[in-house]
Amino acid sequence: MREIIEIPLSELKPEREEVLKAQGVPAGREQPERLRHLLEEAMEIFFQSSHPRALISELTIPQFEALYKGEGLNAPRTPLEGIFRKADGLALFAFTLGRGIGERINALFRTNEFALANFVDSIASTAADKAIDLLAHFYLRLLSKRGEANSFTGILGYSPGYCGWHISGQKRLFEFLHPEVIGIELLDSFLMRPLKSISGVLVAGRKEIHQFADSYPFCNQCPTHSCQERIRKLLS
Amino acid sequence: MGRLAEILNHLQQGNSEMVSNLTRKAIEEGISPKEVLDRALIEGMNIVGKKYGDHEIFLPEVLLAAKAMYAGMDVLKPLFLKEEVPHRGRIVIGTVQGDLHDIGKNLVGIMLKGAGFEVIDLGNDVPPEMFIEAVKREKAMVIGMSALLTTTMPVMGKVVELLRQEGLQDRVKTIIGGAPVSKEFAQEIGADAYSYDSANAVKSVKELVDEVKERYGGNP
Ligand code: B12
Ligand code: SF4
Repeated sequence: MREIIEIPLSELKPEREEVLKAQGVPAGREQPERLRHLLEEAMEIFFQSSHPRALISELTIPQFEALYKGEGLNAPRTPLEGIFRKADGLALFAFTLGRGIGERINALFRTNEFALANFVDSIASTAADKAIDLLAHFYLRLLSKRGEANSFTGILGYSPGYCGWHISGQKRLFEFLHPEVIGIELLDSFLMRPLKSISGVLVAGRKEIHQFADSYPFCNQCPTHSCQERIRKLLS
Repeated sequence: MGRLAEILNHLQQGNSEMVSNLTRKAIEEGISPKEVLDRALIEGMNIVGKKYGDHEIFLPEVLLAAKAMYAGMDVLKPLFLKEEVPHRGRIVIGTVQGDLHDIGKNLVGIMLKGAGFEVIDLGNDVPPEMFIEAVKREKAMVIGMSALLTTTMPVMGKVVELLRQEGLQDRVKTIIGGAPVSKEFAQEIGADAYSYDSANAVKSVKELVDEVKERYGGNP
């Protein structure tokens, strides 16, 4: 399976609280009216200027094994290498919100609309993150239709640049997936243009295969330990 | 309430239009542009910065206040000789080559300008040579570099190295920031400072500028 997916913006729209949290505002803090309006305006701009597109393509475990080696720069031990071999299905993905949103954010900064620009930026980043969950749902539905998933199946996304998978892994991922068809370009630094883009692999399998302890050497520098929250959510 | 106190107040609330109007009024009433700048606009942002550091207010409010400050500055600018607003030092800032993440760099730039520095923003994907050309052209005292990817961090080292080759390392200080960057990395590449966030960046840049001024006077 290889498919281009148009994700409706309404499904990507983050909650107000998520956006405020991304800007370090504590939950439950009352916002001045002007900022509430500004956040609404930022949501509007997000809807006007984003053009979300995703690409997803299945691959076999041996194919992913070769791809995961990348440029040989991964950490000596990573959580993903213990997970993908137990998978029932693997699919590479790339997602972008398109060029327009970044251009709009820059234009807002240039005209001193800092708070608005920063709101739009946080909305777009949160939306991009959210796209991984939506793609996981899409893949789960597809596997279910084929009779390859059941109520014990759990899908999580893993991305180059996270948890020991070196960001140079983007090279082979791009060589296999070709996200250029949805307008994503890979720079020599392994950064994707447009900026509001994400990539990775969706791993489908029994929910338990995603379980691991956050005790790898690189976890010492991890500010979020978000893996544990993701695992908890999946298992609950 | 005095005019300057009024401006100070509206700035903290992020009322751009009021700050702009009141700045105009202050000038009409004979208050000098420099006084409005120092005692209302920069002082206002100082208070905002402090409240932000103390978690009394949060980023969206700071950014509204910054817009209000800039609105006041726009009124003052034509009143200074050659439209040059007096500043406490010139800073060149940019996101290094290969990196397009510029939101953090933008925030640092906004806060530095709020603290009274002149900020020359080179944008993102900035090659090392461009930083050097810019400090020479602008006679800047500090280079601020941002990188959000491990793969683009080495560019920061190249800039520090180029400064050394040009013999500029004492006159031009370097400060770096961004998620994967650390104090240790700054030491490793010989950068003069590292800052975790925009509030600390202002503090560090003040120190770096004072250091340069102490050595070379106001005009390096
Ligand atoms: C939001 C985010 C995204 C957003 C987009 C980013 C954006 N801003 O537009 C989305 C979701 C799209 C995304 C995607 C990806 N991301 Co990302 N992302 C982040 C995240 C969580 C926050 C970045 C951010 O915007 N912060 C908000 C701003 C305000 O903060 P800041 O830039 O850090 O700036 C502050 C300070 O650092 C400091 N500062 C910054 N610059 C300067 C300069 C000076 C001079 C000074 C003094 C201070 C200073 O002050 C600023 C203000 O307080 C970081 C992790 C993190 N904690 O930072 C990862 C992070 C940058 N992403 C990462 C990765 C890997 C990716 C992807 C490659 C993942 C993937 N495979 O899809 C993609 C790449 C996107 C692309 N186009 O290529 C990695 C990079 C690691 C690496 N190995 O290089 C990070 C570090 C996460 C991690 N693993 O820890 N990402
Ligand atoms: S603690 Fe952080 S770095 Fe370690 S596996 Fe979890 S999310 Fe990844």
